[in-house]
Amino acid sequence: MTSPAALAAPIAPVPAVNNGWRQRKWALIRLASPIVLLALWQLGSAVGLIPQDVLPAPSLILEAGIELIENGQLADALGVSGIRVVEGLLLGGFLGVALGTAVGLSRWFEATVDPPMQMIRALPHLGLIPLFILWFGIGELPKVLLVALGVSFPLYLNTFSAIRQVDPKLFETAQVLGFSLWERFHRIIVPSAAPQVLVGARQSLAIAWLTLIVAEQINADSGIGFLINNARDFLRIDIIIFGLIVYALLGIGTDAIVRILERRALGYRT
Amino acid sequence: MTLTAAQDVRIAGELRHVDKWYGDHHVLDDVSVRVDRGEIVALIGRSGSGKSTVLRVLSGLSTDHTGGRTVSGAPALAFQEPRLFPWRDVRTNVVYGLTRSRLTKAEARARTDRALADVGLADRAEAWPLTLSGGQAQRVSLARALVAEPELLLLDEPFGALDALTRLSMRALLLDLWREHGFGVLLVTHDVDEAVALADRVLVLDEGRLIHTLEIDEPRTSTHSERHRIELLDQLGVRI
Repeated sequence: MTSPAALAAPIAPVPAVNNGWRQRKWALIRLASPIVLLALWQLGSAVGLIPQDVLPAPSLILEAGIELIENGQLADALGVSGIRVVEGLLLGGFLGVALGTAVGLSRWFEATVDPPMQMIRALPHLGLIPLFILWFGIGELPKVLLVALGVSFPLYLNTFSAIRQVDPKLFETAQVLGFSLWERFHRIIVPSAAPQVLVGARQSLAIAWLTLIVAEQINADSGIGFLINNARDFLRIDIIIFGLIVYALLGIGTDAIVRILERRALGYRT
Repeated sequence: MTLTAAQDVRIAGELRHVDKWYGDHHVLDDVSVRVDRGEIVALIGRSGSGKSTVLRVLSGLSTDHTGGRTVSGAPALAFQEPRLFPWRDVRTNVVYGLTRSRLTKAEARARTDRALADVGLADRAEAWPLTLSGGQAQRVSLARALVAEPELLLLDEPFGALDALTRLSMRALLLDLWREHGFGVLLVTHDVDEAVALADRVLVLDEGRLIHTLEIDEPRTSTHSERHRIELLDQLGVRI
């Protein structure tokens, strides 16, 4: 393997003017790479190299998407799936943060609540689907509960450890300054724990979408998963791929929202 | 623990025959300390001599001791590290020093701005603590300690982490604030020069016992060698 010094050596002495162009060049290449790939895919489809019943051309997938947008099916599906995720996130997020806070603040809660939480965490929550169907039927409830279950653990673990990592010297300072319990909570614990809780929120969001995708594959009569399953029955590969892209965009979009929150919460670290 | 209102109006804080144990370890052995208003007392000692414990007992942070404790009002305590809340701006950090005071928002704001002006940081009120230099952060910590106008200021090696030049400016600032407000100071340090430069009285603590008291009756910073230091430091841009 080459040593880091040997790798860095030829890059370091480049003059500043050249440097700016170099950086832009790499940015352009990074941007061009997926576009070229997409163009090759389209070209391969056009000349018959890629069989359209296996992988339709990008233009066909786009058309399928426009069709779903125009006939309102996408909006309906997004609404149903969105409500499932939001309900699951609210329920699981509340449980995770509340239990994590209780366990982080109290040794008594840690001794009583943490062991069962760790045991439940060891169960793969997606494996509980058959059980949830038997317990809660095939309506909205099992899907929301499954999302909530998946969401609660990253938030629980991150909240717990974030609270345990609050600098004890700040609590001592709080005692000198005469802070009440409530003042300690909202002046020290909340702002100190916020960054790591938000890391937990990002992990939770990823799990929420993943859980939703799996739950919607198995028993759904509406939502994006249903759209995809329905398309499979009609051999509409273009709609299946479009649905997957929608899932991906939803994941990226919600992750970006949490990253904005993270930046705002960490503004003081400038 | 006894906590009574100061009988003698001059007393800012006092410990009478205080003993304290950590398990088998006798940390404080019959320690009596008295700090009057308008007086600076330095407490020096090696690491582990118990000098920080004296501060903790006086400040009320540490409670399981025997003997008497008298403190006038709520004492202010500043630590070696500034211990600011990094997620609140400088002004809010200083406002937190008024937690015990029942002031209106406007009064608290006015007091805070005065305290920040006192330490020369009026223009950094909106800054994040992490953007301050070590000396500036320590001055904010001092403003937070003094904003509630305490009668007793407890300092735990407050300038120990600062570079030599900043340390000298901070000593001068402390003396200015002390002359203006007239609180009593108990300064814990292991720096003999600092103790001599600042204190009216220096107490030496060794293995939990007070073994020596030195009264310093010369006026501060007036000796021959001091004049030369002032001249040289002035050249270096440090005003003392």
